[in-house]
Amino acid sequence: MDIFLQQLINGLVLGSVYALIALGYTMVYGILELINFAHGEVVMIGAMVTLAVVNMLMASGVDLPGLMIVAAGLLVAVAVCMALGFVIERIAYRPLRRAPRLAPLITAIGVSIVLQNVAMLIWGRQYISFPPILPSTRHDIAGAGITDLQIFIFVLALVLMAGLVLLVQRTRIGRAMRATAQAPEIAGLMGVNVNAVISFTFILGSALAAIAGVMVSAYYGIAHYYMGFLLGLKAFTAAVLGGIGNIAGAMLGGLLLGVIESMAAGYIGDLTGGFLGSHYQDVFAFFVLIGVLVFRPSGLLGERVAERP
Amino acid sequence: MSLLEVHDLNVSYGGIKAVRGISLEIAAGELVCLIGANGAGKSTTLKALARLLPASGKILYQGRSIVQMPVYDLVRQGIALVPEGRGIFGRLKVEENLLMGAYSRSDIHGIRRDLDHSYHLFPRLFERKTQQAGTLSGGEQQMLAIARALMSRPRLLLLDEPSMGLAPLMVNKIFDTIRAISADGVTILLVEQNARLALDVSHRAYVMEGGTICLSGEASTLLDDPQVRHAYLGE
Repeated sequence: MDIFLQQLINGLVLGSVYALIALGYTMVYGILELINFAHGEVVMIGAMVTLAVVNMLMASGVDLPGLMIVAAGLLVAVAVCMALGFVIERIAYRPLRRAPRLAPLITAIGVSIVLQNVAMLIWGRQYISFPPILPSTRHDIAGAGITDLQIFIFVLALVLMAGLVLLVQRTRIGRAMRATAQAPEIAGLMGVNVNAVISFTFILGSALAAIAGVMVSAYYGIAHYYMGFLLGLKAFTAAVLGGIGNIAGAMLGGLLLGVIESMAAGYIGDLTGGFLGSHYQDVFAFFVLIGVLVFRPSGLLGERVAERP
Repeated sequence: MSLLEVHDLNVSYGGIKAVRGISLEIAAGELVCLIGANGAGKSTTLKALARLLPASGKILYQGRSIVQMPVYDLVRQGIALVPEGRGIFGRLKVEENLLMGAYSRSDIHGIRRDLDHSYHLFPRLFERKTQQAGTLSGGEQQMLAIARALMSRPRLLLLDEPSMGLAPLMVNKIFDTIRAISADGVTILLVEQNARLALDVSHRAYVMEGGTICLSGEASTLLDDPQVRHAYLGE
């Protein structure tokens, strides 16, 4: 088996999920200069709600293909997370719009803790397994394997990202988002309802987060009330790697981080003579974060445009 | 009836009363300027009219109070502000900036037509329409800011220090444009440091000092007023 190609495939699939989550961080940062640390928890809620719906449908004994059952769960999860994103901004961040920047940041951490505990109360502390109802045929390409699920995750993530780019670059609301990110007061003068644009941004990011949550839990086969913490931190790392506030950067950063992690996990055993194993995978994301913050704090695609005063 | 009527407007800025009970009115089709020294409260007045600063007093536009109206509704009522320092969206393309000016409109064909009209008025903007607006020169940015405001088809255009920081040749060009916009029937309130230029293009003028209006009248009369000549025209 070709380790390099295999880890590249695994990394790109994982990375495309990181990218979807990183987009939520970067869009909110672009407009409010706020790191929404509760975003990882929205991902977790997306996974949990999907599993709740899936398990309920399975228990009710309806005779539907697995894909349909997951799709139904996904739809509910997206709706719940969109509402959640809207409510979080409305009650936790909007009242602090003019407060010192540390206040909303700490509030974000608070929201994250609240959501974790609410999830724990509803769904318990144990791992919830994702029923094996999705097609998982394995295909062989040049000595490496790729499953239907991996193909599906990767393609869906790419389609969503392309759709988001079109929305932001080509539509009226996308233009309003970019204008608001640059100069909210001036955007208001143009007739943009800035609060509505900010709500829309949270709703959009949360929808992507919900989908990413379903992808992660289907991919690893489990969900857990604490899963949003590490995922959120990694996606945040991906956003910083690409240049926070930059949409293309979040996508690039996500894919790159997935590949770096996956490659490191694949080769670390050989490189250290078996001293470190692939369970050190999670460490690499944070090496990357530290490296970026030290050597290129603006990220790979961070602001390069010089503006005249 | 006046298009804009302001009665007893007070604006405070970080604990300081920057505008103290001024009143003014502008009839439809007029070009009125607000002149005065630095810190007299001209820009503050304009920002208060555009609802960017909280103010007390009466602001009637077409006979209706706009004191409580959210900023983003003003443009739908026909009021557009060209802010001090231009306030263009530097990372949006020139054309996207113009389209932002038309954000409140939904008549696609009309927007297209006005876009072409903007390019006709300002050929430089056409040449640079796909460039990021932040790469334009100061004068081009001012043209863009004015063209963008016109894209909303305003009835009342508020201009805040359009000559600021521009080379003399560019200043003349901008003022020619202001004259042309006025001739098209748009009502204009112009705040300007350069009193001579402002009085030259305006029909009427208000002179501000220390947050109050100390003089007002026909622009041509004020140009001949010895007091004005001494204090604001440097003679």
